[in-house]
Amino acid sequence: MMTRKIHPLLIAGTVLVFMFLVGPLIIVLGAALSDTTYLTFPPQGLSLRWFENIFEIDAFRRTIFTSLQIALLSTSIALLIGIPAAYALNRYRIQLPGWLSTLFVLPVLVPELVLGFSLLKNVAVQYNSPIYISLLFGHSLLVLPYVIRVISASLAAFDFSIEEAAISLGSPPLKTFFTILLPNVRSGVIAAFILAFITSINDVSISIFLTGPGLSTLPIQLLAHMEQFFDPTVASVSVLLMILTVAVMAIVERTLGLTFLAK
Amino acid sequence: MKRFAGWTLASPATLLIVVFLVLPVLATIVTTFTTPGGPFATYAAFFGSGFRRTVLWRTVQVSLATTAVSLVIGFLTAYVVSRSPGWLKSILIIAAVFPLLTGVVVRSFAWLIILGKNGILNSTLLKLGLISEPLTMLYTQGAVVVAMVYLFVPLMILTLVGVLEGIPDDLIQASASLGAKPAATFMQVTLPLAVPGLIVGAVLVFTGSFTSYATPQLLGGEQVMMMGTLMYQQAMVTFDWVAASTIAAVMVVITIAIVLLMTRVARRLNPMAV
Repeated sequence: MMTRKIHPLLIAGTVLVFMFLVGPLIIVLGAALSDTTYLTFPPQGLSLRWFENIFEIDAFRRTIFTSLQIALLSTSIALLIGIPAAYALNRYRIQLPGWLSTLFVLPVLVPELVLGFSLLKNVAVQYNSPIYISLLFGHSLLVLPYVIRVISASLAAFDFSIEEAAISLGSPPLKTFFTILLPNVRSGVIAAFILAFITSINDVSISIFLTGPGLSTLPIQLLAHMEQFFDPTVASVSVLLMILTVAVMAIVERTLGLTFLAK
Repeated sequence: MKRFAGWTLASPATLLIVVFLVLPVLATIVTTFTTPGGPFATYAAFFGSGFRRTVLWRTVQVSLATTAVSLVIGFLTAYVVSRSPGWLKSILIIAAVFPLLTGVVVRSFAWLIILGKNGILNSTLLKLGLISEPLTMLYTQGAVVVAMVYLFVPLMILTLVGVLEGIPDDLIQASASLGAKPAATFMQVTLPLAVPGLIVGAVLVFTGSFTSYATPQLLGGEQVMMMGTLMYQQAMVTFDWVAASTIAAVMVVITIAIVLLMTRVARRLNPMAV
């Protein structure tokens, strides 16, 4: 592609935009490393003691564990039901009614707050069921569209005639799935897993209604902590989450390529 | 058996969506019409209350402002990104993806440190002698808009980079070889072709802002109540679930109406559609 001249003002504007995007996160990093008991930037004295403090606060230890558990379980559920659904939508589209693809868009269309509140009111309270179940399925619904979208993109590049060849040579359907299809969409599965995982870990809008005494997730605990204390602990938890984000980006780059997210 | 293969494979996901999304959300909406006061009593109460009308109007204002600013910033940045050489483009895309994948709490928290009474902005302005006492920036509509723009600009940039990269280079070259100046090519070729993508981006940002919770909660608080924070307050603080359901229903209707309307407009305005 030929390079065209871009107006210098546009370039200066773009530099400012990227400073605006990255700057605040650098400030959080600096605040987390400060040796003071209050939030400040630039950091005064470097210390890792606020990172140690995270694990001394019982509520953080507990909610980190809950968040990891919910993210792992909801992502597994979404993969377990999302991979067959994506396969059906790509392979058997003509058999399936048109409204089905609309139904699969609903988790994106319905505001998360409404989903969270409705699960609380009409599932947890109405049927007196454990709130954990609503939280888990709420998160599964939240991440399902990511799974279907990423797996569908991988399947679009898959040549279904390979699969037909295996079947016509006598390979049973399940074996065909595990030996032919799955290895071919492996990078899509990894990327879907990792994107779904980070989405679940970061969720506020669904979880805010489905947590309470005894059950909370990390972002909800962070919100609660922020309203009471203004010490660097929140900044250091934020930095931990940013480290997780870097790991996620590295994996997505290796599987789908980050440009996939710009589509 | 093969005739049902599609259904069999799609049924677990279908079941999850129907049981845990469609039915509970429908139940929430239905209860707003079955109150003792008559089918529209809760809506009369919602729109009859000056406070709630103010909250709705403020939510629309904040969301429109966020969308407009994100569109301008996002489009110009995406234009530069899509015209950058390969290595620089990768770096810029990484710089946009990183905040996108960082959670909303972390990103809103950053603005709490910047805009607070003893925050970085105030202490810098004081040091420079530009102000004599700290400004109140937190818990204002402006703070919410700034943090929301921060939240949505990466999404806008990435969406629009995808759109701009999808515009065939031949069209740009044809325009240039027929004598159009770069500005004319931009206004008459690039911009019209990007309109459907701009609409998609705008819808994502508007509906995202309109139904947000964490950012208005942290940076707006009680003073800048929005639909999301009001809904939470009604549901979990005052335990008025009918009022919370009414807000939920208003949110669903407005979100879905905007998505349906704007996808139609985007399709109509697509110059590539014949």
